[in-house]
Amino acid sequence: MKTYFGPGHGACPGCGLAIAAKTVINALEGRCFVVNPTGCLEIISSQYDRSAWGVPYIHSLFENAASVASGIEVALKVLGRKDEGHVVVLAGDGATADIGIGCLSGMFDRGHNVLYVCLDNEAYQNTGNQQSGLTPTGANTTTTPAGKLQPGKLQRKKNMPEIAVAHGAPYVATASVAYVPDLTRKVKRAVEFEGSKYLQVHCPCVTGWGISGRDVIPLARLAVETGLYPLVEWENGAVVRVMKIREKKPVEEYLKPQARFRHLFTHPKGKEVIGLIQRIADENIRRYNLLMGAG
Amino acid sequence: MVVQVVRGFYAVAYAVKLCRPNVVCAYPITPQTEIVERLAEMYANGELKDCEYITAESEFGAASILVGAAAAGARTFTATCSQGLILMSEVLWNAAGLRLPIVLVVTNRAMSAPLSIWNDQQDSMLMRDAGIPQVYVENLQEAHDVIPQAFKVAEDRRVMLPFMVCMDGYKLTHAYEPIDVLSQEVVDGFLPRYNPPVYMTTKNPLTFGSYAPPHCYMELRVALQNAMTRAKEVISETCREWAKTVGRDWGGHLVEYFTEDAEVVAVAMGSLVGLVRDVVDEMRSRGRRVGLVKLRTLRPFPVEEVRRALRSANKVIVFERSVSFGYEGPVAIELKGALYRSGNTPEVYSIAVGLGGRDVPRALIVDCINKVIEGRIGEGFHFEGVKPFEEVLAP
Repeated sequence: MKTYFGPGHGACPGCGLAIAAKTVINALEGRCFVVNPTGCLEIISSQYDRSAWGVPYIHSLFENAASVASGIEVALKVLGRKDEGHVVVLAGDGATADIGIGCLSGMFDRGHNVLYVCLDNEAYQNTGNQQSGLTPTGANTTTTPAGKLQPGKLQRKKNMPEIAVAHGAPYVATASVAYVPDLTRKVKRAVEFEGSKYLQVHCPCVTGWGISGRDVIPLARLAVETGLYPLVEWENGAVVRVMKIREKKPVEEYLKPQARFRHLFTHPKGKEVIGLIQRIADENIRRYNLLMGAG
Repeated sequence: MVVQVVRGFYAVAYAVKLCRPNVVCAYPITPQTEIVERLAEMYANGELKDCEYITAESEFGAASILVGAAAAGARTFTATCSQGLILMSEVLWNAAGLRLPIVLVVTNRAMSAPLSIWNDQQDSMLMRDAGIPQVYVENLQEAHDVIPQAFKVAEDRRVMLPFMVCMDGYKLTHAYEPIDVLSQEVVDGFLPRYNPPVYMTTKNPLTFGSYAPPHCYMELRVALQNAMTRAKEVISETCREWAKTVGRDWGGHLVEYFTEDAEVVAVAMGSLVGLVRDVVDEMRSRGRRVGLVKLRTLRPFPVEEVRRALRSANKVIVFERSVSFGYEGPVAIELKGALYRSGNTPEVYSIAVGLGGRDVPRALIVDCINKVIEGRIGEGFHFEGVKPFEEVLAP
C-alpha cells in the first residue's frame, strides 16, 4: 500500500492519534485534501521542509479548520475539480469542541461536503495536558489539577457527536483506535453521504494520560468495554449501529492504569468521583443500548 | 463610456463581479453590508458566473473559508470593517504568511468602545504590520477602478499577498456619485484569469501552512518583506497600466497637489482628500502657499515619494482619522520616519479630526490650516473639532 502519512512523523511510540490519522487517509486511498488545525498532529507532521504528508495538506490556525475545509470544498466545486478527492479535517478535541466549535457549527449549518474527524485524546496534549471540553470527568490535567480540594476535572465530557447530530449532519459516528477495521469501515461509510459528516475517534495519549505505548490499544478497548466511550453510528439523525459490549467491565479497570486518574484512588473525594464515572458509563450503556443480548 | 449615478457599495460590488471571483464570502457588518448584499443578489440572479457566494457564521469564519478557497486555487473576495476586521485579523495575518491573494474591501469604521458604526480609519490601522498592501480611495470612481487593480497586484507572481482596499464607511459606501462604469471587456483585457503558481491538488500533493522552527522562520519573514517591497513597484506599474488602458491615472502611491512651492502641506487619506483639496484651491487663490499630499498607500509605505512631496515644506499638517493612543496619529508617525535624514525636517502637526463619524466641516479644515500658519498651535498631536467637556475621574 502507498504511504500517505509518514514514515518520519514525530509522534510518540504508540501514539493513538497517529494510528487514527493513518487509518483515515488509507481508508480513502489518499484521495483526499487534509485540513489540520494547530495541535498534536500538526506538530508531528508538518514541520517546514519535513512534511510527512503524501496528500495535499493545509494547516491554517487553531480554530478554523472547519472553515478552511468549507472553502476548499467550495473552490473544488466551482473550479470543476470535485472529483479529485474528499475534503477531510483531522482535528484535535480542543480545536473541535472548544476553540473551533463556532467554525464547525457554521460548516454543519451550511452543509459543506466535508468529513470532519475529531482525533480525541481528551486534552490539549501537544502543549502538555491542559483540559478541553472533551476531557472526561475526574481527569487530572494541568489546568484541572488534582489538589487538596479538587479531585481533577469536575465537569462531564461534552457530547460532541450529539451536537453534530443536532445540526442535522447526515452521518455521525464514534470510533476507537482499538478497532481499526471498524474505523476504516466508518470512514468509507461516511464519505458515501453528501454533506457534513462527523467522526470522533478515541485516541489514547501516551504522555498526557501517563501510560506506556503498549497500553494504548488495550486501554482504548477498555474505554469501550466499560461504556465510557460508546461506539455509536447515526445516519440521518437516527442511531443505526452500536458496538455491543460482550462483558461489561467496571470503570476502575480503565481508570487504574492511567496516571491522569491515579489520584482518584487516594483522594478523599475519589470514591465519589469514581461513582460518578461509573454512573456516566451506565448511562451510556442504557442510552445507546450497548449490552450484548439486550436487543 | 457609460456614466451612471451609483452608490458606493454598488460601485464596489459591480467591479468585483467584473473581476470574475470564484468565491465570495462575507459576514454582514454596517456599513459593509450593502456591498455583500449586492453580490448576494447578483449570485441569486445567476449573474456571478463560476462563482459561489457563501454566508459565513462570522468574519473570522469568512476569512478562513477564503483561506481554504484561495489555497485550492480560487479567486476570492470579502469585505468587512471595524469589529469584523479585528475579528478577521488573526486569519488575515495568516493569509499574508500563506501568501494567499485574497482581496478585501474595508469600509472604514470606528472601533468600539464606545460602539460606533460611523466612519474613521482606526480599523485598517490595526492591520498595518500584517504584510497586506493597503490602498485608501477618495471617491467612488477610484473605489470602482481600484478593485481590478487590487486583484492584479495581489495575484502578481512577484507579490502573492492579500490586498486591502480601504474606503470610508458611509461617506463613500453610501454616497451617490456619477461614475464611468467599467465594461466586462475592459476588465477582462486588464485582469487575466487567476493562475496560481501552486495550489492544493491531489495531482501534486503539497503541504501548506507548515510550522517553522527557529532555524527557518526568519527567512520566510524576509520573503514576506521582499514581497511587500516588490508590491510597491507592482502597485505603481499596475496603476500606470490602468491609466494607459482606461485613461484614469490615480497616481500610484501618492498624489502631489501644489507641493512644488508650498510652505504648508496638508496630508490626507480617503474621502477627506476632496475637501482638503477644495480648501487648498481657495487658499491658493488668495495667494497662500499651501499644498496637498493625497496619500494612497499606507503599506507598502512610499518613503521616497513622501520625501519628494515634502521636500520644500516648512510645515506639514496631517489630517488623521485615527489615533495611536499614547503617541500621535499613525500617519504622522509614518511621515516623520520617512523624513528622517531626508535633508528637510519640517514641523509636523498631527491633527485628529472626524473620529467616529464626527462631521468635518470645511471651516474646521480652514481653521486647522490657519492655526498652523499663524503659529496658534504647537507642533505635535492635537484633536480638533472637539466640544469643550470636563473629564471626571473616578474618586
